Amino acid sequence: MEIAVLLKQVPATESLIGIAEDGVSVKTDGIKWVINPYDEFAVEEALRIKEAHGGSVTIISVGSEKTAEAIRTALAMGADKGMLINDPASAGYDGLKTARILAAVLKEVPFDLIIAGQRAVDDDNYQVAPATAEFLDIPHISMVIKQEITDTKIRCHRTIDGGTAILETQLPALITTQRGLNEPRYASLPGIMKAKKKPIDIKNVADLGLDSEHMGEPLTKIVSMKTPPDRKGGIMIQGDSAQAKAAELVRILHEETKVL
Amino acid sequence: MSKGVLAIAEQVEGVFRKVTYEALSEGRRIADHLGSELTALVLGTDVENISEELKPYGPDRIVVADSPALNEFLTDAYTNVIYDFIHKETPDVIILGASTQGKDVSARLSARLNAPLAMDCVAIRFEDNRLIATRYMYGGKILADVELDGTPKILAFRPNALDITNTDGAGTLQKIDVDTGATALQFIDKRLDTDKKEITEADTVVAGGRGMGGPDFAVIESLAELLDGAVGASRSAVDEGWRPSSDQVGQTGKVVSPNLYIACGISGAIQHFAGMSSSKVVVAINKDPEAPIFAKADYGIEGDLYEIVPLITEEIRKLKG
Repeated sequence: MEIAVLLKQVPATESLIGIAEDGVSVKTDGIKWVINPYDEFAVEEALRIKEAHGGSVTIISVGSEKTAEAIRTALAMGADKGMLINDPASAGYDGLKTARILAAVLKEVPFDLIIAGQRAVDDDNYQVAPATAEFLDIPHISMVIKQEITDTKIRCHRTIDGGTAILETQLPALITTQRGLNEPRYASLPGIMKAKKKPIDIKNVADLGLDSEHMGEPLTKIVSMKTPPDRKGGIMIQGDSAQAKAAELVRILHEETKVL
Repeated sequence: MSKGVLAIAEQVEGVFRKVTYEALSEGRRIADHLGSELTALVLGTDVENISEELKPYGPDRIVVADSPALNEFLTDAYTNVIYDFIHKETPDVIILGASTQGKDVSARLSARLNAPLAMDCVAIRFEDNRLIATRYMYGGKILADVELDGTPKILAFRPNALDITNTDGAGTLQKIDVDTGATALQFIDKRLDTDKKEITEADTVVAGGRGMGGPDFAVIESLAELLDGAVGASRSAVDEGWRPSSDQVGQTGKVVSPNLYIACGISGAIQHFAGMSSSKVVVAINKDPEAPIFAKADYGIEGDLYEIVPLITEEIRKLKG
């Protein structure tokens, strides 16, 4: 089973996010960079499938040079090799452009299964993985919480609004992860040592036979950013008893804010 | 002259999702702005009758793709049918809800059509001929304006972000032939928690965190039920296994924007704020007067949630008579 994992490096979710001077990107200094949490589930699931079925796990990223750190972490978890498309401009790409690059890579890398996060927690775009599947003309199943592979088929339990659905499809296919799929392992010390010797193939878009002109301008482009209005510190409800506080809150919600 | 706005309706078991009415209402506003027609596309099995229910939301035309092959949502079959329709009709704007279905379909369509997509957007506006969509990034820590360049422009709206408006419904109903084309996905089974309200669509969310102390969410559930709302959970509560991950509110869970969000025993990590800060009114109940949630809540009550929440429920019950 040849498994490709699509991985993005993102600011840790505990980071305070500020807007950079250009007004269309975020400040990157002082940010702790991590593997996108949903991609961590993808790495873990790929390793478990490899442990059960044999094969190898390749990590594929589009990003800057720095992204190699995230790939190295995935290698330390147990993935076999990495591939980084080093494109410093990629931070400004829309989901389609990123998906085009990934699809171009995956046309050269053999795979039976692609696993990706359902979304990256920076762009929150939900677009790259399904679009990559579309460009590769393979089926995808999103938000998977459980999968089973038998011969050339994969059966997945996926989250839907208000419940769960079970779907099946032929391999090769792409699946995206949902919280609950697994508990990602930590990289062990021997894993970290071994990862230092594992290969990371670094390429640029021209190596893939792509060029900016061919790919065109991003169709969806950030033109400005702001931080949402900060919620002001509120009113602490006072009262002699819990009963009095509860009554006062309900009175306010009913009479003043009219949400009840 | 504009070629029109296409709104893709979403129904589950013969019931339209609320986000469908939101998308249609916004689609009507966009069509009026562009001086064009609004078409609603309904997919499913035996959906002709229910399609009438869309009329009050302003479509000029309701197109029904009715086929046994569309009984269950499958991304590939649905995308193929919608794509064929778009290919024929060449609308300028496609609008749908960013539900789990809508996310899959819109991402696929954007790639197949090489079309710009504003995923999970909360508002749009026109500036001259430019279409600008507003969407949250970084789990709600950033609000970005994105320009969509190209045609058709695909708008996948976050549930609960748009106003529903009723318009005189004079839409005509039209059935189309359905060809699901080449498909690879097979439906096996599904389980719907029918009595459970989808948290992203609820007007009220009552959420519990570590302060719940265990998996018994009964006090929260009865308050949510009384308010016809949904139950949410913080990441700690989900990590503890007290609630399913589908209940999680936050940067790595769901983003909700209800009219009323009641946080019970949730201290208020930055990742949690990201998931609920666009709620209209936030109430926090916590034992710890120093809990960060109080700095972001409109109203706070310091106290034991197991004492306070049932009292609130009781007060509301009195109010409702």
